[in-house]
Order: sequence, then structure tokens, then C-alpha cells
Amino acid sequence: MHSFGYRANALLTFAVTILAFICAIASFSDNFSNQNPSAQIQILNINWFQKQPHGNDEVSLTLNITADLQSLFTWNTKQVFAFVAAEYETSKNALNQVSLWDAIIHEKEHAKFWIQISNKYRFIDQGHNLRGKDFNLTLHWHVMPKTGKMFADKIVMSGYRLPNAYR
Amino acid sequence: MGFIGETVDSIKSIKIRQLLTQAITLGMIVTSALIIWKALICVTGSESPVVVVLSESMEPGFQRGDILFLRMTDEPIRAGEIVVFSVDGREIPIVHRAIKVHERGDTKEVDVLTKGDNNDIDDIGLYAEGQLWLHRHHIMGRAVGFLPYVGWVTIIMTEKPIIKYILIGALGLLVITSKD
Repeated sequence: MHSFGYRANALLTFAVTILAFICAIASFSDNFSNQNPSAQIQILNINWFQKQPHGNDEVSLTLNITADLQSLFTWNTKQVFAFVAAEYETSKNALNQVSLWDAIIHEKEHAKFWIQISNKYRFIDQGHNLRGKDFNLTLHWHVMPKTGKMFADKIVMSGYRLPNAYR
Repeated sequence: MGFIGETVDSIKSIKIRQLLTQAITLGMIVTSALIIWKALICVTGSESPVVVVLSESMEPGFQRGDILFLRMTDEPIRAGEIVVFSVDGREIPIVHRAIKVHERGDTKEVDVLTKGDNNDIDDIGLYAEGQLWLHRHHIMGRAVGFLPYVGWVTIIMTEKPIIKYILIGALGLLVITSKD
């Protein structure tokens, strides 16, 4: 019972158990952080709005995004993945979510930002339903921890509308 | 002749009962591991409840050697979720984020487009020939948690199988030669 092998085994098992326990507690502590992120999105311009040769609508927008995600950062946060998606409903599809822009935020200081860009990913519909369409812009965030459980949430901003005709 | 006699004696002196006990103990350990694995599959609802990240396409969030915990529920797939999917014809599952979701109103079937965070283009090039969207049956689970660095053991054992054999050989030797 006192050979090197047994001692090494016991030490290793104990070390791994303690490490797993610490990781679990670190992850659990994320539940107690107070989070109040805020965001605002403005559509500055509809750059163009066309029907593609094979039938699907596509629109290009310039967005103005202001957000403060600093309260999402805890000591167990590795990065926050934030993205803006357009959500709307059509007669065929109960829900369409199209991601327009995303960013990875590594540090708390960069989590309060203002950015003006045109959509990073193409806003294409399945069909030609976008004329005059009301849609929501949602800012989603996914917090990736240094260890443990990932959690995600979003802010929904409604009241946006696409023009009635192609341009 | 004396040496051979000694070897034969020592082989005869291995008690059958002790050998059987050791074999059964080994069998119990292996089956317990199998039971725990199958129970995890049941609890998480996913065919592979734990995967190791193999590529750098989700950096800096997930790096090579991290372990992801997966869970599959009946809840609909939504944009932003990190999904693990396998493409027809490829055996290694891919872990990427869903960036576009179109859900049918009537059948609740869903078309999903994915992209790795660190990739510049979406995954259409990774799907099967002519496939534009992923469907629910392609998706094995959603990533809900992760542990860094622990998966390197699996990567090393897969890429240098000699280490796997050495480890199993050493373990087997330990079991056989331990007196109790």
C-alpha cells in the first residue's frame, strides 16, 4: 500500500478530482453575476434590394449598432460572441433568422462599442417575400467561459420594415 | 533444465482462482465504463455526449484539444447555437455555429446554414454535393459546456496510436503483476 505506484495513483486521482471540482465551481459562480446589457440598432440606409436571378430576394443594409455588453464579462469569461440577426416570418416559414453581422469580443473594454457597417453576411430570403416585410433585429450574445457552461441571451428590437418595392 | 523447471513451477503456481478474480475485476471496470457512457448518451439525448475539438475553425473560443459537452433536446434549432453535425460521407463531426435558420411553418422542419467563427466563408463547401442546408437529422447535438485542454489525451492517442498501445500494454501489465 505504500509503494510509489500507489502513491502516484492516489495523488493523480485526487488532483484530477479537485481540478474538476474547481472548474465546476467557477462555472457555477457565473450564475450570480448581475447582467444588464443594452443595445440599439439603427438602419441607416437600404443600399439595394433586388430579386436574384433564381428567384430569392436579397437586400443590403447599412447598420448603426451601439451596444454595451460590459456587464456580461465575469472572471470566468473567455470571450463574448455577439451577432445581429434579422428575424421575420413568411407564409411558408414560421421563422427566419438571418445573421447579418457578428463579432468576437475578448475584453471587457471592447464590449462597449459603436459601429457602422453594411451587413457582413448576405440577407437572402427563401423566396421573394421581403417586399414591405416587417422584421425584428435581434442582438444575440453567447458567452464562452474559460471553463464550464456556456450561456446565451438576446435583445429583440422590433419595428423595422423593408421597402415595398425593389430598388 | 533447472531454469525451465522453475518457470514451469511458477506458471503452475499461478492460482486459477486469483487469475479469474483479476479477469473479472478487469471485466467489471470495462463494463462500468461502458455503462457510464451509455447512460450519458441517454441523459444528454445525443449520440456522442462529449466531443473533442479537432480543428481551429472555432478559435479563439474553442481550441484544438478542448472537450465539448453536447445535449440534444427537441427544442428548435436557433441562430447562434453551436451545433455538432455530420455530413453524409464524412465520418468526423464538425462543430460550428448556426448563422441562418429557416423553419417551415407547417412541418417544423428546419434549414440551417453554419459557419465556423474563425472561417471567412460559410460551410456550404463542407456540405455534400448539391446540399445547401443542414436539416435536423444531420445535427447530433448542441454544445452547452466545455473544458479546456482535456481532449489532448484523445488527440495524441489518435494521431500516434503507438502511445495507445503502450498505455494499454502498461495497464495490462500492472493488472497482471499486482499481487492483490
